[in-house]
Amino acid sequence: MSLFGSLFGRGTKTSAPVARDRLQILLAHERTSNGDESDLLSKLHAEILEVIKRHIPVDQDKVQVKLDRGNSVSMLEIDIEVPQIKSPGRR
Amino acid sequence: MAKVLVVTSGKGGVGKTTSTAALGAALAQTGQNVVVVDFDVGLRNLDLVMGAERRVVFDLINVIQGDAKLSQALIRDKRIETLSILPASQTRDKDALTAEGVARVMQELREKFDWVICDSPAGIERGAQLAMYHADHAIVVTNPEVSSVRDSDRIIGMLDSTTEKAKGGGKIEKHLLLTRYDPARAARGEMLRIEDVLEILSIPLLGIIPESEEVLRASNLGAPVTLSSPDSPPARAYAEAARRLEGEKLEITVPVERKGLFARLFKGKS
Repeated sequence: MSLFGSLFGRGTKTSAPVARDRLQILLAHERTSNGDESDLLSKLHAEILEVIKRHIPVDQDKVQVKLDRGNSVSMLEIDIEVPQIKSPGRR
Repeated sequence: MAKVLVVTSGKGGVGKTTSTAALGAALAQTGQNVVVVDFDVGLRNLDLVMGAERRVVFDLINVIQGDAKLSQALIRDKRIETLSILPASQTRDKDALTAEGVARVMQELREKFDWVICDSPAGIERGAQLAMYHADHAIVVTNPEVSSVRDSDRIIGMLDSTTEKAKGGGKIEKHLLLTRYDPARAARGEMLRIEDVLEILSIPLLGIIPESEEVLRASNLGAPVTLSSPDSPPARAYAEAARRLEGEKLEITVPVERKGLFARLFKGKS
């Protein structure tokens, strides 16, 4: 990469630290979870759904589970589309 | 009508995953709905090369075993809206892939997408066989190197005998993708020439991907090379290969580095 290229941040060498960080985060999760993480997630997913289903009907297809594993914190996001609830007490 | 494509090679390390990611992104950039599917159960890496490794919740095995819906396992790419990835499981082994399960998932993917691109594991065993079984097209990724060419020949034989198409009396469309090609070394007689490989394998050429530093940079960053450096020679070669898959007739060339005016002035050579 020429001087010109590196001046504009297109240096080829700068990608290695990104690779190292990505691997560290990924492997830290894979080593500690021993593969149970996916099971834990499906368990959480199933149990959360169960609780909600006690109160409102939920369509399996309308549930989205998203995850973003971070260095120290992971974000688990469960999106449930709740149908219009007709409450019998009011109108 | 959806097209199912398998990216295969027999030999490991020749560029199947890199090619799956690059071609998938290139096809999706033209507005097609594309899913890339990792069949390497136990050793998944397509998620990593695509930069989606932190977002995997469910995988192909979860869908096959009914623990998750397909829509829940698909990860939408953050850069291209029409690109999705279906990751493999990292913890199970290839026995978890059942023929019926794979057939069901492939059928569902065909209904949702224009292109289903299956990244095959290396080898010729169960995982590789299931990855190619439902394919309409096969991309045989080959390096200009003796062991890779030999393994590709073996895989071509399997494509013609053990796939669903072959068993039904049809023919799977095969394309050769020559990767890590170095024109200078081939010219000096140090590397198998394109014509040599074509003559030996005798399947049509889809593209020639030149050896390039940009491929490692792309995987470091977790982006298909067609996105991380679209002007680089490998990215242009992949983009052209994608257009050929869509039916365009383009002359096959080996793209070279484009030097800007300033780079030329500073370096003073071609």
